Amino acid sequence: MTITYLEAIREAQARVLRDDPRVFIYGQDVGRFGGAFKATKTLALEFPGRVLDAPISEDAIVGLAVGAAIEGMRPIIEMQFADFSTVAFNQIVNQAATLFWRTNVPCPITVRLPFGATSGSGPFHSQCPEAVYAHFPGLIVLTPATVEDAYSMLIEAVALDDPVIFCEHKLLYYHLKAEKLPREAIPIGKARIAREGRDLTVVTYGVMVHEALEAASELSDEGWETEIVDLRSVKPLDTDTVIASVARTGKLLCLGEAWPWGGVTAEIIARVAAEGLDLLDVPPQRLNARDTPVPYHPNLWAAHRPTARSVAAAARNLLRH
Amino acid sequence: MSPPVLEARAENAAFRKTILAAFRFMLLARLLDDKFAALYRAGKIHGGVFLGRGQEALSVSIGISLKKNDIFAPLIRDAAGRLAFGETVLDAVRTHMGSALGPMRGRDGNVHRGKPLEGSLPMISHLGAMISVVNGMLFARRLQNRHGTVGAASIGDGATSTGAFHEALNQAAVEKLPLVLVVADNQYAYSTPTSKQFACESLADRAIGYGVEVQNVDGTDLFACLKTLGEAVLRARHGGGPQMVVARLLRLCGHGEHDTADYVDPKLKNSPLGRDCLKAAEETLLRREWLDASTLASMRREVVREIDETVAQVQREPAPDPFAENWTAISCGHLAEGDEGNQGDNMPARKS
Ligand SMILES: Cc1ncc(C[n+]2csc(CCOP(=O)(O)OP(=O)(O)O)c2C)c(N)n1
Repeated sequence: MTITYLEAIREAQARVLRDDPRVFIYGQDVGRFGGAFKATKTLALEFPGRVLDAPISEDAIVGLAVGAAIEGMRPIIEMQFADFSTVAFNQIVNQAATLFWRTNVPCPITVRLPFGATSGSGPFHSQCPEAVYAHFPGLIVLTPATVEDAYSMLIEAVALDDPVIFCEHKLLYYHLKAEKLPREAIPIGKARIAREGRDLTVVTYGVMVHEALEAASELSDEGWETEIVDLRSVKPLDTDTVIASVARTGKLLCLGEAWPWGGVTAEIIARVAAEGLDLLDVPPQRLNARDTPVPYHPNLWAAHRPTARSVAAAARNLLRH
Repeated sequence: MSPPVLEARAENAAFRKTILAAFRFMLLARLLDDKFAALYRAGKIHGGVFLGRGQEALSVSIGISLKKNDIFAPLIRDAAGRLAFGETVLDAVRTHMGSALGPMRGRDGNVHRGKPLEGSLPMISHLGAMISVVNGMLFARRLQNRHGTVGAASIGDGATSTGAFHEALNQAAVEKLPLVLVVADNQYAYSTPTSKQFACESLADRAIGYGVEVQNVDGTDLFACLKTLGEAVLRARHGGGPQMVVARLLRLCGHGEHDTADYVDPKLKNSPLGRDCLKAAEETLLRREWLDASTLASMRREVVREIDETVAQVQREPAPDPFAENWTAISCGHLAEGDEGNQGDNMPARKS
């Protein structure tokens, strides 16, 4: 039996619905229809009255979640696409993110964002807003890259007393598979070494972990051993694991699917430069999507985002420095 | 069964009690607002001061129509409603003066105050944003099988133009939530007249568009406000779905105390909309002999004393201490970033 990344998300939700009467799911088409991606498939049947369709009102959807959290519930919000969370931006960054700090009343909401680009999705169904949310104090921002993490981190997210932005990558939904669901999990806030290597550290998250792994095996054929740090959580950011890896390799490439300006890759470079500049043999580098909206046509899209090929090329530049 | 005459008399007595209680809250709110304005001019308040002058009749009618376990999301002109819903003068003063002992602990100030677990929501500044939070609390209570409570939210004419207002009103209608949405149509949003805010005949049309029941009321008339709000709350409480009340009145002050409001049309000030609801209520109560001049004078003395004593107490209270402050924004402390990535610290020099 195998389970996909998407099925893991569905199973995690089924489990928290089963285990915790405070949990409910609210979002567009999540009810009988089971969600645009089927992440809530049959959950409305299994948990009557707890998986509820919402009008196309992202602001009011998240506002409602905050109110429900005040009353002791643990809502899971499904945004149909991460891109549409901009309409809920105010409720996320000003209402949810400030509630605990202002009032001492926790705000345990989980906002699921199906994020990242897939071929043909174009400018408004492809965005990676993780850095935007990470910028605001009061939010936890997660970016699982594996089936196991999608499952265990979602369960942990719902249990946390703070608002969580759960960035689940659409490109991983169907094709990423595991043998079974995990029994144990690395806690939120800890990064994972996805591959060990002595020559270069690639720090990344989300779907780019897989591009990096592919690049690493290419580089391995050429005699370079790449260490890959999968951040898992971009906020909090596990700086210690990153610095420890850089201490081993002396070379750093930060990789992200999001735009470069002020993003997660910039944050990592800033931290490594401030805390471990002397660990670096060569100037740190980063590789991101290009600074345009995400293009629709596959030819353009493939040249917009980092791929195993461009990761390997950037890595070679660093390694030959 | 008691004869109808006696029943009517008892009802009248209860109504009289409510009116007098409401009047006292209005007076307290007005004089508390005046105090904040004076403290502001004396430079004793950090940030802005926003008053509810002219809107006390409407505001108090919301607070007094609600019960203890209900929900209230007040806005900037709701001093009277907050007091009637159970806020203490102490919490209002502490928040305005930034006392560390206030409900917001110096982290937020002035009108941004509340106690969510007691049903009073601390507004964020972004207009329209609190309505869906009230919806969420009501929605949660329904999921928890807790019935019979109502949630009220205030909104200004200007804020009815926000997307958040429309999303939330529609959401309440779709979910048939016991929401009472109270629109104070006070003719201006900051300096913007209603002609640049909406083009429909009346803001009541907004409710009709969403299938929400709506009543219009004269916002300068305490008796009318109490009746209309009381009935709307009752309908919501008994399964009538969301209710909207639109009150027309005039803001009898600047947008905030920094604002001279010379843009307000003098014709409006002299129109029935410009009537001072507090004066009007006072005159009616005296005329009906539900209140006499000496009771009024002693009520006023009591209110002034409470305000003055509270301000004096709060002035002696500690301000928030940056060294004792917990500089984390999340409740799961183990996941806090802290000063990660921030070199040095921004602390002021310690006083020795
Ligand atoms: C979304 C948003 N935009 C702008 C502001 C700035 N602002 C604060 S109060 C105000 C006027 C509000 O007018 P109205 O809703 O009519 O209420 P009133 O002040 O008249 O009671 C404005 C523009 C804000 N707080 N929120």
